Amino acid sequence: MKQFWKSMLRSPSGVIGLIILLLAISVAVFGPMLFPNSPWRMVQRPFLPPFTLSTVPLGTDALGRDVFAGMIFGARVSLLVGLVSTLVALIVGVPIGAMAGYFGGKVDDALMRFTEFFQTIPSFALAIVLVAILQPSIYSIVASIAVVSWPPVARLVRGEVLSLRTREYVQAAVVTGQSNSWIILREILPNALSPVIVLASLMVATAILLESSLSFLGLGDPNLISWGYMVGAGRTVIRQAWWITVFPGVAILISVLGLNLIGEGLNDALNPRLSREGR
Amino acid sequence: MSKRVLLGLLLACGLTAPALAQAPKTGGTINAVIQPEPPGLMLAQIQNGPTQMVSGNIFEGLLRYSPKLEPQPELAESWSVSEDAKTYTFKLKKGVTWHDGKPFTAADVLFSIEMLKQTHARARNNLAQVEKVEAPDDHTVVFTLKQPFGPFLGIFEVGSMPMVPKHLYEGTDWKTNPYNNAPVGTGPFMFKEWQKGSFIRLVKNPNYHEKGKPYLDEIYWQVIPDAAARSVAYETGKVDVLPGGSVENFDVPRLSKLKDTCVTGAGWEFFSPLAWLWLNNRQGPLADKRVRQAIMYAIDRDFAKDVIWNGLGKVATGPSASTIKYYTDDVKKYPYDPAKAKALLKEAGYKGEKIRMQPLAYGETWQRWGEAVKQNLQDVGMTIETIATDVAGGNQKIADWDYDIAFTYLYQYGDPALGVGRNYVSSAIAKGQVFNNVEGYSNPEIDKLFAEGAIATPDSKRKEIYEKAQKILVEDVPVAWMLELQFPTIMRCKVKNLITTGIGVNDGFKDAWLDK
Repeated sequence: MKQFWKSMLRSPSGVIGLIILLLAISVAVFGPMLFPNSPWRMVQRPFLPPFTLSTVPLGTDALGRDVFAGMIFGARVSLLVGLVSTLVALIVGVPIGAMAGYFGGKVDDALMRFTEFFQTIPSFALAIVLVAILQPSIYSIVASIAVVSWPPVARLVRGEVLSLRTREYVQAAVVTGQSNSWIILREILPNALSPVIVLASLMVATAILLESSLSFLGLGDPNLISWGYMVGAGRTVIRQAWWITVFPGVAILISVLGLNLIGEGLNDALNPRLSREGR
Repeated sequence: MSKRVLLGLLLACGLTAPALAQAPKTGGTINAVIQPEPPGLMLAQIQNGPTQMVSGNIFEGLLRYSPKLEPQPELAESWSVSEDAKTYTFKLKKGVTWHDGKPFTAADVLFSIEMLKQTHARARNNLAQVEKVEAPDDHTVVFTLKQPFGPFLGIFEVGSMPMVPKHLYEGTDWKTNPYNNAPVGTGPFMFKEWQKGSFIRLVKNPNYHEKGKPYLDEIYWQVIPDAAARSVAYETGKVDVLPGGSVENFDVPRLSKLKDTCVTGAGWEFFSPLAWLWLNNRQGPLADKRVRQAIMYAIDRDFAKDVIWNGLGKVATGPSASTIKYYTDDVKKYPYDPAKAKALLKEAGYKGEKIRMQPLAYGETWQRWGEAVKQNLQDVGMTIETIATDVAGGNQKIADWDYDIAFTYLYQYGDPALGVGRNYVSSAIAKGQVFNNVEGYSNPEIDKLFAEGAIATPDSKRKEIYEKAQKILVEDVPVAWMLELQFPTIMRCKVKNLITTGIGVNDGFKDAWLDK
């Protein structure tokens, strides 16, 4: 563990990514406490440009709502959706991949055909359809993002498990008569985890983008403000008021960038060959 | 800000032009946007908004209506009403011909009425009180009613009762008649060509029965599917007229600031779209009158008008739009007063029960409006959950009565008996419809007043009845009236006299001319 943090902190991209993520998380957690005003409240005249009033530092949108408050509350929704949907995707994808890889044969065939079924449909289109059918709400959004993002996890885990399955220590565990679930959980998965963690960090970024795209198209939860919603709502007035779209857009950019940097840092830190060579 | 600009433009551009009376110039072509592309142009069979807009200039009705909804001669040059208000006699104009040269006569009127009864739901309804129609000679038509029907003179507008040529339709299958694709009317413009997805072209009718009119040579109705592209088409000069509703509201201030651009909200008086919130009177907190009144006090309707509708429109005072006959503003007033709303909610014992609210899925403006209303209601302590739907899904929920609050807007057609009563009388409660009495309000006194009002004579008696009905309704708040909507028409100032009637662009090209 110590070794991990050491190599993680040695990669500059990892450090930058971590700082960005920590910042975003603290904004999401503490921001609403410091700025308790609802982001839906109409506080000032509409289309107030940024940096004109200290009470609304980033200006107001088409209804006179505080863009800054929207950014802070939006961080909460965007991060929450990103993290929770990734978690759900992992919970679905890892067991399926592990079982397919470990048992092989017909189980593998069945599970992989099932996975491919999801992979053949363009993921964004599937997400739109799911949200539209289930009616837009935070639950349906998380669910649909999870549904479209678990197949790569399953395939990755399956590949890892397939190769670990033939290692001597796994064979030894089989010989000593340990149960299948014990072998998968205690012997194989811990060793297959590093690439999954890297993938997960990138999945959070993708999930944030997916949520933003859905909200942009008007398929967000109408009761919650999110960055994608703000960009979508401001898009049509971009010629009159650039700030309504630009600030949340930058927030999406930075947080997705941060997560990608973390992914890169994790990759460096968790890849034994990279981290031990030459540094 | 935008309000002042609009007002200034209105004044500067002289939309009161008839008073300044420049002599009209002949010639020229106008490009106007039509949105969306109409499904067809046979007005007697298709009544979509865009169909009415294009075909109202090809076909004509017996009467035309001023912005104050007074009947004016069109195909009928005069009319008279009998003592008992049951017989209406129309004298038709002589020398009127169809676009193919055949004369227009009373036989065409009788035939049109027969066709409309089968193809036009609203016309059928409007004609329900008619016992018989006769043509004593070629230029006289006599309507005999079962009982006096006050709004009768209001049903002859071109979209409500267009005249169709008997000689082309009689004995044919109306639905598949080839003239549906190349309509023949008596109007100032003749159908020339329609390139689907691109434009509809109308040309001047040289034999039009009002000498000297129309002034224009041609009209091109341009089909441009994307809202932003329509704005750009105006900016780049590709089109000269953007009829109401063809660009998004937030583009209106920007476009109206352009050089040589005139904006007007006039020309919708006959339709008078009124926006309100359906309040489900049947169940939950909204079954309590005090909660419904609280909603009226809680919503900042001036804000909605100034910010969301860019200053266009008017805050509604009750069930009738101010342009509708017998309108009165001598009713209970509901100014924006959150404190009073809170007090009423408390009195009604409302304890934060969840209330669902369903915005109208008609684009940006309506979505923003839903957000603003939600905030208003939350500010007075109501718990509101927004239900996101598409147009069909939203209609379904309303039709199933599966809603608490839902946005809508409806046309009013000039007379309380034609467009207002249907939303409040208990006989109009029926599952499966998105208009009429969707809120489930039932009050025997209101039923009685609207039943009497439709057939009462003389006018002063009707006035008395409808004013009483308005007072009761505004006290009871069966629905929460929001705004009298205005759909601004944006056009180049060189386009003169386009909007002179209660249906505006729909039959306005007859008098329009280009100042070159």
